Amino acid sequence: MTTRYQDRKFIVSDPEKCSGCRLCEYACSMANEKTFNPDKSRIRVITTGPLTNMAVSCRKCEDPVCVASCPKNALSQEENTGIIRVNEHSCTGCGWCIGACPFGAINLHHIKKIAYTCNNCTDIDIHADSKQKNEPQCIQWCPKNALQFITSETLAQKTRQKIVTQLFETRENNNSNKEKNQNS
Amino acid sequence: MLGYAGKILYLDLTIGKSYTEKLSEETAKKYIGGIGLGMHLYLTKSKKGTEPFSPENPLVLSVGPLTATMFPTGGNGHAFISKSPATGGVGESVSHGTFGTELKRAGYDAVVITGKAEKPIYLLIDDDSIQLRDACQLWGRAPSEVEDAIKEEIGDFYVRVAAIGIAGEKLSKIACIINDKTRAAGRTGLGAVMGSKNLKAIAVRGTNDVTIHKPEEFFNLVKEFHERMKGPATQKYRTMGSTENLMQQNSMHCVPTRNYNNSHFELAENISSTVINQHFVAKIIACNSCAMRCEHEVVIKDGAYRGTMARIEYDNLWAFGPNCGVDKLNSIIKAAERCNYFGLDAQSVGGIVSFIMDCYERGILTKENLDGIDAHFGNASAMLSIIDKIGKREGLGNLFADGVKVAATKLGDKAEQLAQHIKGLEVTGYDLRCLKTAALSCAVSFRGADHNRSGAVTIDLKGKVDRLKAETGRGKLVKDLEDQFNIIDSLIVCKNAKNTFYKDFEEMTKIYNATTGLGITQQELETAGERIQTLAKLINIREGLTRKDDTLPWKVMNQPITEDVPAKGAVVTKDELNLMLDDYYQTRGYNKQGIPTTVKLQELGLSDYLELTETKEA
Repeated sequence: MTTRYQDRKFIVSDPEKCSGCRLCEYACSMANEKTFNPDKSRIRVITTGPLTNMAVSCRKCEDPVCVASCPKNALSQEENTGIIRVNEHSCTGCGWCIGACPFGAINLHHIKKIAYTCNNCTDIDIHADSKQKNEPQCIQWCPKNALQFITSETLAQKTRQKIVTQLFETRENNNSNKEKNQNS
Repeated sequence: MLGYAGKILYLDLTIGKSYTEKLSEETAKKYIGGIGLGMHLYLTKSKKGTEPFSPENPLVLSVGPLTATMFPTGGNGHAFISKSPATGGVGESVSHGTFGTELKRAGYDAVVITGKAEKPIYLLIDDDSIQLRDACQLWGRAPSEVEDAIKEEIGDFYVRVAAIGIAGEKLSKIACIINDKTRAAGRTGLGAVMGSKNLKAIAVRGTNDVTIHKPEEFFNLVKEFHERMKGPATQKYRTMGSTENLMQQNSMHCVPTRNYNNSHFELAENISSTVINQHFVAKIIACNSCAMRCEHEVVIKDGAYRGTMARIEYDNLWAFGPNCGVDKLNSIIKAAERCNYFGLDAQSVGGIVSFIMDCYERGILTKENLDGIDAHFGNASAMLSIIDKIGKREGLGNLFADGVKVAATKLGDKAEQLAQHIKGLEVTGYDLRCLKTAALSCAVSFRGADHNRSGAVTIDLKGKVDRLKAETGRGKLVKDLEDQFNIIDSLIVCKNAKNTFYKDFEEMTKIYNATTGLGITQQELETAGERIQTLAKLINIREGLTRKDDTLPWKVMNQPITEDVPAKGAVVTKDELNLMLDDYYQTRGYNKQGIPTTVKLQELGLSDYLELTETKEA
């Protein structure tokens, strides 16, 4: 079965839940690079202040500017998954893709000197003992469930659901408060 | 030897030169890392009688073998070690956050800093590049501002910074070193040692790999510990936070209140963890690689201090709350924030403010001595004014910025009885009169009054022993816990996650071996814990501390608890203290004077230091 383009999953981080622990970075670098080194992680945590943490990773854009910007045609997007693949032979490490990506989600590997980005942990053979077999390592390790591996469609659905639920909850609360006030 | 970076950086600020040395396998196994390695480096690289503020006094910064790995809470600690200006003995303080991880990735297990820069500088460790950069523009600024400024200057967001505030610059003996804006290597005044070297900050950036010996075994352990962290072992810290201690201890009447005048704070409900969590906690954040996250960040939402943000834990809540008789959370949070701003150890500051208030109420100090401040217990605005003056060393700050011991010496006998400190370090929030195992632990603590050198306080609080009784056997309890805590502080793992270790040394050995591949036995790790304790003792002996320094504050020994509770009348008498000290020394293999015996030193592989004890061995 072919995957529809709208079924492409990417990693989103909930800043309300993210505690800034950076386990995702360690899990990613260990899975993909066999070492603990955030500078080789495909997901990076940003802390702009003690209260504000959020992880950023490749969004698997529908029309990826990184691919379009590459002067060497070294970047391509996988049809089914949306993963950005880097041809190690063609990539010169010029960094145009880095400048183009609006999320800062593509990086220059400081040893290999080529671009690299999130591959949904598909290049590694560690799924054998994973509980949820098809989930990237960062998702599995996040202790606060701040990360989701999700399609844009599901993400929109969840957001709609959440906002509407909140709306009715607020209305209910307001109504019950009014009743209380009237009774007292 | 994986896990370790394998290198120690030596830096002389006077001449601006640095070199590295290999960390030998033998040293790593013997002293593990963190405070163990730090104190070993301190003892070997310093001379007897060096003044804390002399350029020759080394300031050691170290990380542990687990630092920058994924091991929960093990991945994020660092320690500072030097001669403490507060105690004159060994000073050490551990902090967590993200700073340590970067140092490990830069390729260093420890940094030994000596000398004194001509003008204010900050140290930038960027992998192999070691730079001393101008910090004249940063002088006089708060640690959090310094962090932002350095990141801006370097242009790298992932630079981590540990900095001192104004207090450290002005050589206040209660100054701390703050990293990641809200985390502090708080105790023993090491911020002033940094200040004495004209070293405003240490900035680190590391891009190297940290690789472990047995990934599979390591990950199994990590997974296991992650599960434990979601369970009851860390419940308190994950949910309400350590501030929960307040109401618990208050019901047991062991919250030192108003500088030990009471052991129960009748207004505690106003500042309980329930109130804090309901009205102030904005977010609970985590240190690097920690799965439980416990750092309760509070924000004041209204009033004069609107927008003030700080981290509140039991320790600083106690220091500014019950200890000063203050029940206004806004002021307590403001006080905590001011301490971060000035770079002051909140525990010690609370101790000084309560000392001033006690002296004031007893007529030893008057408004005239205190720049017109009406320093009654419970006066929150007086507390904040005093903190400002201490931070800036202005007016009364000149007398009090060096802690209660120094101030009391100048104020005379009566004041000395009110100074709640051990070896010059202010006490913490546990009433030692009715927690007698903790009392022993604090008396023998090598860095002065502190419950964190053994955690014996939990034995008392949990009722595992009769907390009101001093008896033979407590020495062994304290010794075992001290050895354990020494390893915790050397690996470095977090004490808030201590309960996730079900079998302490056994599991620590496993994780150590899976990380480093050095294959030590559990017995060897236990001995290392004992060795580190004795090493600290040796530094103190070299610097002239004796049995008489292993003592308790006057009030703990002479002013009984007055409230009508089971602990009524409790004090630790001289006889009780002596009984426990004798018991402890004997268990440790020390003589009556608290000096390690030759046999003990040989057994611990510390024969190199025999000369330090020879003349003193009776």
